[in-house]
Amino acid sequence: MATAQYHHPDYFCVDELLTEEHKLIRNSVREWVNRRVKPIIDEACQKHEFPGHLMKELGEIGAFGSYIPEKYGGAGLDQISYGLIMQELERGDSALRSAASVQSSLVMYPIYQFGTEEQRVKYLPALAKGELVGAFGLTEPDHGSDPGSMKTRFEDKGDHFLLNGAKMWITNAAIADVCVVWAKDEHKVVRGLIVEKGMPGFSAPETLNKWSLRASITGELVFDNVKVPKENILPNVHGLKGPLMCLNSARYGIAWGVIGAACDCYDTALRYALERKQFDKPIAGFQLTQKKLAEMITEITKAQLLAWRLGTLRNEDRATPGQISMTKRNNVEIALKIARDSRQILGAMGITGDFPMMRHMMNLESVITYEGTHDIHLLITGMDITGINAFL
Amino acid sequence: MKILVLISNVPDTTTKIRFKSDNTAFDDAGVQWIINPWDELALTRAVELKETGGVSLITVANVGNASTEPTLRKALAVGADDAIRIDVEARDAFEVATQLASVAKDYDLIMAGIEASDYNGSAVGGMLAELLDIASVSSVSGINIENGQLLFNREIDGGSQVLSVTTPVVAIVQKGIAKEPRIPAMRGIMMARKKELKVTAPVSAEDRTSFVRFELPPKKAACKMVAEDNAKELVRLLHEEAKVL
Repeated sequence: MATAQYHHPDYFCVDELLTEEHKLIRNSVREWVNRRVKPIIDEACQKHEFPGHLMKELGEIGAFGSYIPEKYGGAGLDQISYGLIMQELERGDSALRSAASVQSSLVMYPIYQFGTEEQRVKYLPALAKGELVGAFGLTEPDHGSDPGSMKTRFEDKGDHFLLNGAKMWITNAAIADVCVVWAKDEHKVVRGLIVEKGMPGFSAPETLNKWSLRASITGELVFDNVKVPKENILPNVHGLKGPLMCLNSARYGIAWGVIGAACDCYDTALRYALERKQFDKPIAGFQLTQKKLAEMITEITKAQLLAWRLGTLRNEDRATPGQISMTKRNNVEIALKIARDSRQILGAMGITGDFPMMRHMMNLESVITYEGTHDIHLLITGMDITGINAFL
Repeated sequence: MKILVLISNVPDTTTKIRFKSDNTAFDDAGVQWIINPWDELALTRAVELKETGGVSLITVANVGNASTEPTLRKALAVGADDAIRIDVEARDAFEVATQLASVAKDYDLIMAGIEASDYNGSAVGGMLAELLDIASVSSVSGINIENGQLLFNREIDGGSQVLSVTTPVVAIVQKGIAKEPRIPAMRGIMMARKKELKVTAPVSAEDRTSFVRFELPPKKAACKMVAEDNAKELVRLLHEEAKVL
């Protein structure tokens, strides 16, 4: 199959901006995806099934919490390494990258950043190994882009907190062992709570019939008078800053991840266009095909350079939310366009499961919406450059 | 038990091959380098043996210049404990074996891939055993340690053979020695930073062979289509052009 011959596009020698260790990390995850994901992912999507057996394997290769210190089961790697891992996973499928994003940036990161030492030791090593699956609860049925208006709340009952409310569009909801849930206290301050599977009153129904991220589990988190032990609160953050810091990390991972999906589509289309003949010559020889391919590699190159630069800024702790929004927004947009244009190059073949375009295209419709919608990211950048808040 | 795994740094198997210097040398411009696939399987088996107990140290060794270090670093990430690079660009298999002999004396088991995917020399393992004056077993497709005893499996005509061997010994290994090459995990890659990669000076060695020239296989001729009702033309082409009839 075409993807077995994958040739990673690097038109501007971006590889030279990476260390040998970065390249080893990327090549290792790439090889893992070739062996373990590519052969099964189309069938998993067609059947709307999450390849759950891969969670432990993702843990074994170290795809969860790569930047969390070794002491807590992570690998202590830098931000570029995290980005490269996400890129290669999403070349496989956005479902895999989503699982790794949630586990790393939305569950391990807040427990590491805002949690107690006891919470870190209790959860992080098992999450890193994939023995525990994590989920992140912020979005609600009536509050998506406006999480500050969330209804989920908890009350201090002396020896425990009493949690009520519901979260929606939650990756891994139905299989999660540990959920980082954002809810308001009696003073209407957003706080983070760790809710575990099996707590009475907590249920996680699955959202079925998706046309996107079909190899990923999505669901709701429903809290009906759930008694949460007091030691399960994340003590070191108050307000929306907590979840927004998590989202910054996840959005950064997406900015890299979608490059993987775009490269998979471009590489497949380029190879196909060189082999497929019409009117006695390869379709790559026609101007309209070359226009598509040339635009694709141009946009991939720009996305690669943006992601790399954002990674170096994050390594120096200098990346702003505005820069992260710009990169996530740009890179998802070009990936989605590349999925569509590359599908056209393959003609009718492009709609079959023998090629990855339709799968990536449908997945990217979720990716352009979650972790801040395409429009909201413009407002974040807009507020950053004008100083005027256009959300309200 | 201490294991030494010999690591050859070879072009990625999908490399487009070109030659330079009047076709006497391989043109390595833009080439991606990998661990020789047979050596990678050998290393994988060595790591598996260490995980099940009975192996105290895995060293990897390579003869080459500094550009081969990423390959050794990968071997460390896969699970070797330390690495040795003998700092010389060897000209032939005898020189490689001579250099390796200078660092291979303290190991119980030396594992060499049956061939390297670049020049397919298939000579270093046997030469090294001779230079060290120890036994070697070729075409080994399985290595196990049972009660401290080293056992080798070999595929032979119509069946397989199990050998009990004494150490030190060179195992020249082929496919089957491990199921698939191990992919380094992120933690392994990070830990490899702290592992020792020792660079040693070469010993003096003579080269006994040299490359006269390389030749690429002839280019495939374009495919000619013959209409299905024109068997006569097909026969003529096979006779006059392909000259097979």
